[in-house]
Amino acid sequence: MTKKGGSITDSILAMAGKSPWGSGGGGEDADRGSGSDDAPVPEGGSKPRNPWLPGDSDDGGPRKAANIEDLFKHRQARRGGGGGGGFPRIPQAPGGKSWAPLAIIGIIALWVLMTSVHQIGPKEEGVVTTLGQYSSTMTPGLKFSAPWPIQEVEIEDVTSIRTDTIPEGEAEKLMLTGDQNLVDLSYIVRWNIKDLKLYTFQLASPDETVEEVAEAAMRASIAEVTLDDALSGSGRAQIEQNVRSRMQALLDAYRAGVAVQGVEIKKADPPTAVVDAFREVLAAQQDAQSDINRARAWAEQVTARAEGEAEAFNQVYAEYRLAPEVTRRRMYYETMERVLSQTDKTVVEADGVVPYLPLPEVRRRTTKSSSQGDE
Amino acid sequence: MEELWQKNKALLIGAAIVLIAALSSVFVVPETQQAVILRNGKPVTVVNKFHPNEDFGQTGAGIWYRVPLIDRVVWVSKQVLAVDMQRQEVLSRDQRRLEVDAYARFRVIDPVRMVQTAGSMDRLEEQLRPILNSVLRQRLGTRSFQALLTAERGAAMDEIRAGLDKEAREYGAQVIDVRIKRADLPAGRPLETAYTRMQTARKQESDTIRAQGQKQAQIIRAEAEAEAANVYADAFNKDPAFYDFYRAMQSYDTVFSGQSDKDSSIILSPDNEFLRQFRGGGR
Repeated sequence: MTKKGGSITDSILAMAGKSPWGSGGGGEDADRGSGSDDAPVPEGGSKPRNPWLPGDSDDGGPRKAANIEDLFKHRQARRGGGGGGGFPRIPQAPGGKSWAPLAIIGIIALWVLMTSVHQIGPKEEGVVTTLGQYSSTMTPGLKFSAPWPIQEVEIEDVTSIRTDTIPEGEAEKLMLTGDQNLVDLSYIVRWNIKDLKLYTFQLASPDETVEEVAEAAMRASIAEVTLDDALSGSGRAQIEQNVRSRMQALLDAYRAGVAVQGVEIKKADPPTAVVDAFREVLAAQQDAQSDINRARAWAEQVTARAEGEAEAFNQVYAEYRLAPEVTRRRMYYETMERVLSQTDKTVVEADGVVPYLPLPEVRRRTTKSSSQGDE
Repeated sequence: MEELWQKNKALLIGAAIVLIAALSSVFVVPETQQAVILRNGKPVTVVNKFHPNEDFGQTGAGIWYRVPLIDRVVWVSKQVLAVDMQRQEVLSRDQRRLEVDAYARFRVIDPVRMVQTAGSMDRLEEQLRPILNSVLRQRLGTRSFQALLTAERGAAMDEIRAGLDKEAREYGAQVIDVRIKRADLPAGRPLETAYTRMQTARKQESDTIRAQGQKQAQIIRAEAEAEAANVYADAFNKDPAFYDFYRAMQSYDTVFSGQSDKDSSIILSPDNEFLRQFRGGGR
């Protein structure tokens, strides 16, 4: 807060262009005074001064003090005003009155303006504390309060959804499932501020609390399900729902003023060390499926052939029934024709004659036919 | 100006002293803090003491006074604070190791007692951490590994919370909640055996799936064969004798009249049925 006060004084000085301090106002104030005094000099009609020229930019305290002193002397001389430039002298306004009241009023006016007018954006709310005690919550719009330090306003974005990705980065995060397996999990928690008053005052570190509660709730929920549930899509939805309600219950018990909008499991994989075994299961499923597919194809063939043959038999049989003897003969001769026309035939004429098989001849023909076959 | 200073020197200095005294005797208690005012080391007042279910705005926060130089203000947080337990190995009842990360949420409900026992918020946290550690170890040690993982964790946590709360009350603190943030298998052997178990479980699964697939395939084949046999039987049973002839003809065709069977020789007896007409018998 003192810092804020300091910056405000700075800006006031810069705007007012006059130093309300005498040159003896302390080293630090003298530094500031000289910095802001450089601007108004030309306006005063004296020679433009370059603050970066050597001599002016020296860090030496006394030198600076001397500059300011000179400056005041200068002005006073120009105005022809009274006063011999004494050390603790406040510059005087025209008419011989002191500048001090004007400057003080200016400072106070700016102070009030800067600390009591608040622009609350459409997504924001502001918590107003009066002397440390909570008094109200500001809704969006241009709002006014008593100036600091009587009232303080802390503005916070409440409607924007904040997202926490746990874990951050791509590192492996293993969790134990109910069946004592490990699953590599990462998830996103989306939340926003439900009650800014509680969010501001109740917890020492609300953001970390949300993360820790998420972690505890996620692990508790994962510990209730099996690995297969954690990996499967439907199981995930259930877990997400569980974690969300668990988190909300915990945060409400802490009166954290936080609303959990949703929990999404980004990734649920088996650990890298065993991922091959899991792939093997997928491969086995594929293998089993292809086995079954092949069997089905073969079965189709077998049954189709059976049906075809049966149908053919039926057709022939229907014909045969019309003329059994003739059909039978015809089929017999036709088959014999086909068979005997393609084979060597030896007819043994009479009983008592030892059949002579011209084996070399047979062999010759064999080689001939095989060489023909090769061609 | 100088005259003014000279004339009212005493008055101005007096005013400055009064102002400084006034400023140092007045302090602002924010909503998030409780203030214990110590007079000569003895607590006399507590400002903005915690009361359950008190709404902000109705609390004792605000401007307060003290006697400068004599009264000392000790600030005690009014917020819900966290004490984190360092990750440590816990042995379950069945002698299995588990690495546990836990946190406790607490708040100071009796600031005077807290100031008297622990002194400051940092010290309080230092005191609570080992208590949390030991209570956690003790209570978790009475449970089986499986119970630590699953639903029973809730009951265990309640016990731990109650145990820690009892001790924390000595310091004027109330433990709101204890949670196990993480419960992991320690790296090394336990983790590796878990991996091995997972791998073998998957191996079993994949082998089962393969065997099931083969079984299914066999059943499908057998069913097809049975169906085919059924179809054949239905057709051929109409006339087994004709079937015999018909099938024999097909067999001769297949066996003897193939393209590659040119080298086979058939020796026919004149008595052969085929040569009946050849002999001119014409019976």
